[in-house]
Amino acid sequence: MMHLEQLPPWAAIIIALFVVIGATLTLLGGVGLVRLKSFYQRLHAPTLGYSYGTLPIILASMLMFSLTEQRLVVHELMIGMFILITTPITLLMLGRAALRRDRDRKLGHDEIVPPRNRPEPPTEEPAKDA
Amino acid sequence: MSRLIPHPVLSATLVVMWLILTAFSLGHLLLGTLIALGAGWSVEHLHPPKPVFRRWLAIPRLMAIVAVDILRSNITVARVLILGPNHPAYHSGFVELALTMRDPNAIAVLAIILTSTPGTAWIEFDQEEGRLLLHVLDLRSADDWQSIVHDRYERLLMEIFE
Repeated sequence: MMHLEQLPPWAAIIIALFVVIGATLTLLGGVGLVRLKSFYQRLHAPTLGYSYGTLPIILASMLMFSLTEQRLVVHELMIGMFILITTPITLLMLGRAALRRDRDRKLGHDEIVPPRNRPEPPTEEPAKDA
Repeated sequence: MSRLIPHPVLSATLVVMWLILTAFSLGHLLLGTLIALGAGWSVEHLHPPKPVFRRWLAIPRLMAIVAVDILRSNITVARVLILGPNHPAYHSGFVELALTMRDPNAIAVLAIILTSTPGTAWIEFDQEEGRLLLHVLDLRSADDWQSIVHDRYERLLMEIFE
């Protein structure tokens, strides 16, 4: 076990740089949620945070705890994997819900959406993709 | 083999995951194996379409391409966000693409790739006609996207899964 002060300077610089890069991208994603105009544009903003916003922070954490505990610490990779697998599901559902709303004339339009090519079946269709 | 371990890849991944999250010991190996087998059996009852991996070698290549593309897209989107959405050089819009893939697992992987790329959002997929609706933040022309998705991802995914 090594204390934080004993971290070699090169490692401290790399870790700090990675954390700052990740945090900056995540912050930009958050700013995007405020600045972008339509719902579909805002769908793009949080992806910054979970792709290359998360990765440098995970790498920095792996490097730092591998050095301080003096063994290979890789369970951060699991966090990254779970984020990568689960976040698209939320974004997909939000996108589909917004599309359904905007195709309905009675409700508000955010942006002109392309129509469905074939006529809507009268019965409730099962969910086709997730 | 197939009765006892219905999903060998899934179970093996779960065992490795268990050992990474805990410390390696015989007890944890046994417990992790039990949980992985249990998970395999319960997944078997859900009857998911089983993935068939044809070419393992294409997987690292796809991952490298995706990593580079996501990085590039991150930079583009970050620039859009800094310059502001009203900047005249950018305009966003919907793109309709035709997919030739039919394997549900390959389509799921493509959905993860396209959603993880900041510039593109997967909005809707029509399974019968193979039509995919994307929303692109920095749109140049629809033809570009058809060829980007087809040449960069779809061909490799078809090599892996079909």
